[in-house]
Amino acid sequence: MAKINSTVEFEALRKEILSSRDPNRPCIAVCTGSGCLALGAAKLVAALKNEIKAQGLEQRIEVRETGCPGFCERGPLIVIYPEETCYLKVQPADAKEVIASVMEKKIIDRLLYVDQVTGERVVHEMDIPFYKNQLRLLIGNNIKLDPTSIDDYLAIGGYTALEKAVCQMKPEQVVGLVKESGLRGRGGGGFPSGNKWEFTRNAPDPEKYVVVNADEGDPGAFMDRALLEGSPHGVLEGLIIGAYAIGAHEGFLYVRQEYPLAVHNITLAIQKAEEYGFLGKNILGSGFDFTVEVAQGAGAFVCGEETALIRSLEGKTGEPKPRPPFPAVRGLWNKPTNINNVETWANIPLIINKGPAAFASVGTGGSKGTKIFSLVGKVKNTGLVEVPMGITLRDIVYKIGGGIPGEKKFKAVQTGGPAGGCMPESLLDMEVDFDQLTKAGSMMGSGGMIVLDEETCMVDFARFFLSFLAEESCGKCVPCREGIQQMLAILNDLTHGKGKKGDLELLEQLTEVSSASLCALGKGAPNPVLSTLKHFRDEYQAHMEGKCPAFTCKSLFSYYIEPEKCQACTSCGKKCPAGAIEGGKNQIHMVDQAKCTKCGACLQACPPRFAAVTRILGEVVPPPLPEEARTIVRGSK
Amino acid sequence: MDRDRIDQIIDTHGCKASSLIQILIAIQSENHWLPKEVLERVSERLDVPMNQIQHITTFYKSFSLVPKGRHEVHVCMGTACHVRGAQGVLDTVEDVTGIKPGETDVDLKFSLETVNCIGCCALGPVMVVDGEYHGNLAATQVEDVLKTYE
Amino acid sequence: MSELVLQIDGREVTVKEGATILEAAESVGIAIPTLCHHHKLEPYGGCRVCSVEVEANGRTMVVAACTYPAEKNVVVRTRSEKLSRIRQALVEMMLAHAPDSEKLVALAEEYGADRDRFKRNQSFCIHCGLCVRYCTEVKKKNALGFIDRGAKKRICFIPKIAAAECWKCRECFPLCPTSALQAAFVLTEGMTAAVPTEAAESGR
Repeated sequence: MAKINSTVEFEALRKEILSSRDPNRPCIAVCTGSGCLALGAAKLVAALKNEIKAQGLEQRIEVRETGCPGFCERGPLIVIYPEETCYLKVQPADAKEVIASVMEKKIIDRLLYVDQVTGERVVHEMDIPFYKNQLRLLIGNNIKLDPTSIDDYLAIGGYTALEKAVCQMKPEQVVGLVKESGLRGRGGGGFPSGNKWEFTRNAPDPEKYVVVNADEGDPGAFMDRALLEGSPHGVLEGLIIGAYAIGAHEGFLYVRQEYPLAVHNITLAIQKAEEYGFLGKNILGSGFDFTVEVAQGAGAFVCGEETALIRSLEGKTGEPKPRPPFPAVRGLWNKPTNINNVETWANIPLIINKGPAAFASVGTGGSKGTKIFSLVGKVKNTGLVEVPMGITLRDIVYKIGGGIPGEKKFKAVQTGGPAGGCMPESLLDMEVDFDQLTKAGSMMGSGGMIVLDEETCMVDFARFFLSFLAEESCGKCVPCREGIQQMLAILNDLTHGKGKKGDLELLEQLTEVSSASLCALGKGAPNPVLSTLKHFRDEYQAHMEGKCPAFTCKSLFSYYIEPEKCQACTSCGKKCPAGAIEGGKNQIHMVDQAKCTKCGACLQACPPRFAAVTRILGEVVPPPLPEEARTIVRGSK
Repeated sequence: MDRDRIDQIIDTHGCKASSLIQILIAIQSENHWLPKEVLERVSERLDVPMNQIQHITTFYKSFSLVPKGRHEVHVCMGTACHVRGAQGVLDTVEDVTGIKPGETDVDLKFSLETVNCIGCCALGPVMVVDGEYHGNLAATQVEDVLKTYE
Repeated sequence: MSELVLQIDGREVTVKEGATILEAAESVGIAIPTLCHHHKLEPYGGCRVCSVEVEANGRTMVVAACTYPAEKNVVVRTRSEKLSRIRQALVEMMLAHAPDSEKLVALAEEYGADRDRFKRNQSFCIHCGLCVRYCTEVKKKNALGFIDRGAKKRICFIPKIAAAECWKCRECFPLCPTSALQAAFVLTEGMTAAVPTEAAESGR
């Protein structure tokens, strides 16, 4: 592959790629992102390819292994082009039928999406409510691309923004476009990206760096994973444009080690980009040189913080540095450095191609463009959703997410990861954007959106985040290292029924000292506590009284079999993993509280027509019936 | 791990202090742990003092200074998995293997670690064994899954 | 180097660019409490006892005076009710680890800290880092360092180096605000007694 040295050569290559592809040739796109791989997508791909080979159809049907399109709840999923027919929960055994349906241009009804309410089946990907209500400017490309193929990316218009930027614009112009677009950082800080680029560009030192923050440590968030795995060139293109605009000639992509497929795909993408001349010396004949290196994280959430990330790139421990000085002025090796999140970089080609005005036409006054959220937890359609800023929480959770499974009641949505907060039902009509979320006591964060229902204990939920941060704290400063331990101690006491008088007040007092922390990890640590205390103080009160209303904290509720309802069918005893159910056939069952592990298997097992298993708040259960009274005498038939 | 292989890895990543973490990651992925002699060689060649290497290898949780078991079990404890019952899964894994997170069993069969989110949130709870993902895992299924590993 | 003017506790202070708020305050005799700071070492920003309030661009932030740069026209307060509460809480959290440390007890008196507010966990070390930093930056021996992170973090001597250097040096001992260092060294001394001789090592 000869390097592309000019706009003319670039155009020629694109034309060549497009002309060599027949848009009418059937293509079966199979999601092979990490999520679907875990569900067996590799076996599905193998089955499809084997069937195609067996029928001698290699020249007629293409199987494309693509990145994650976000509908994780229904994987493994495939989309058949050119019709854009979408099949869900496809198994290897379906391969033969799928191939036949492609050749005969038929539809396999049972693999289609079914609307839960109307019972209607949906054929086309874009008509599925989950997708229809999104605006998939970034993640929409994933299902169309084989991430290991640079030609696939070129075929959908990839690298045209790069060509525009380096061959037709001046660096300052590019900075101007990003400023005009109103793009704000997608990693959590929400700082105006164009301004950050300008600071870095204007810093006096000529040696500058650009960095992609792909450390995505917020538990429950996997947007960046999908972007890097599924569309690595999209991120790379944004980075190269940024480097050009800022005047950096070296870049780093810091990816967490927990994303091996992303590491693999971006490394390959860099190689291919170098082969084609989109990276390296004299990019597209513009005279601009730029190279990128991939560095892996080593298991530290704090390295998502930009100064800690910089230290990690320098081969040191991930202990954050005080700011100011900001990385834009003194960053990597004390040189001006622009760090942005994966999704921020991925937005850049969009801005260059569509222009800032078109980009800014989506979103709200203060938050332009779209945001990818990972919608997870107690929601029917878990997965990745890309929506315009300004959409309501209600629309995300219900229209796209499909609502709460199991007919349970909605309780809250949590955003912003361990530094974020919860929004209860009263805030469901909030228009989601940076400022509204901050006003509500939460924050945008990187995009994790956890849906909680009536069975989520908010005290335990706050405890969870503190316990996470306690493990991840670098330990350098007192407010974080010690403060989190003290807050966690109180929450551990509360979730074990050992709350003492004054605990809630002490908790509130401790949240003030966190503001003296060195970095955002420590400063944000009290937020889940503050937010849950504000909206769910009654749950904290209940825990002070030894009760867990959500039946989560094991020492604060008990399983109990109501003697009047029990029909001694032995269903519960069979499922109990702890041997905690006493009583057999014709003997009313009883839970041995000493052995019970509160796993809930008995509640699941008891037939609904009996509904004898119940949960009692607190630890006191009615005294057991004497053994003689537990025998059931059955009438003769 | 022999000295030549260590030197090879060092030279591939560049023999400079800033390459330390990437070098250790590469060594760990081949050797599964970081023996003292390896760290001393790296310290010598990169001219990074041992106290710094000591801090780095204990600060970052992907490094192990003790031998690992044949099978590495990772249980995801991220938010989404947590609300879906990851603690119950972890409790069962601890019961079945007899070890707690951070430990390796005496037969060097299993090493257990918790992970703070691997990004497969729609499949929670998730357990990864030797890179193989087991999603939608119920505590009651753990024993059967682990039995398949020799 | 140019100069700049800022306000500290209502007073106008002129300093050279590049000075920290702590240096600016010291230059006019305003005392800010510190614990992990040492004039021979790079500012650390670990204890946060030197926290001050900085008002700039309509926002007030709590920052560490030892590391925050003096900036043009900012308004700094080294004392306030909020800062007193913060310093009190910091001292109380550290007292749980080292209830008899002279420096901590003195700060406790000034800020009304209750040494029994938090449950005792007498690990002694409060992670001021003075010992590690002194050995690395001044003596350049790197005889001790940190291990792990978060609340599990602790100091640890490198036995080989400690055996060769520490007994004749011990310059870090008086820097330690608690007795953590002495305890750690005694422990290491016990360990170094068992370290094999050079001859035995080369025979391996």
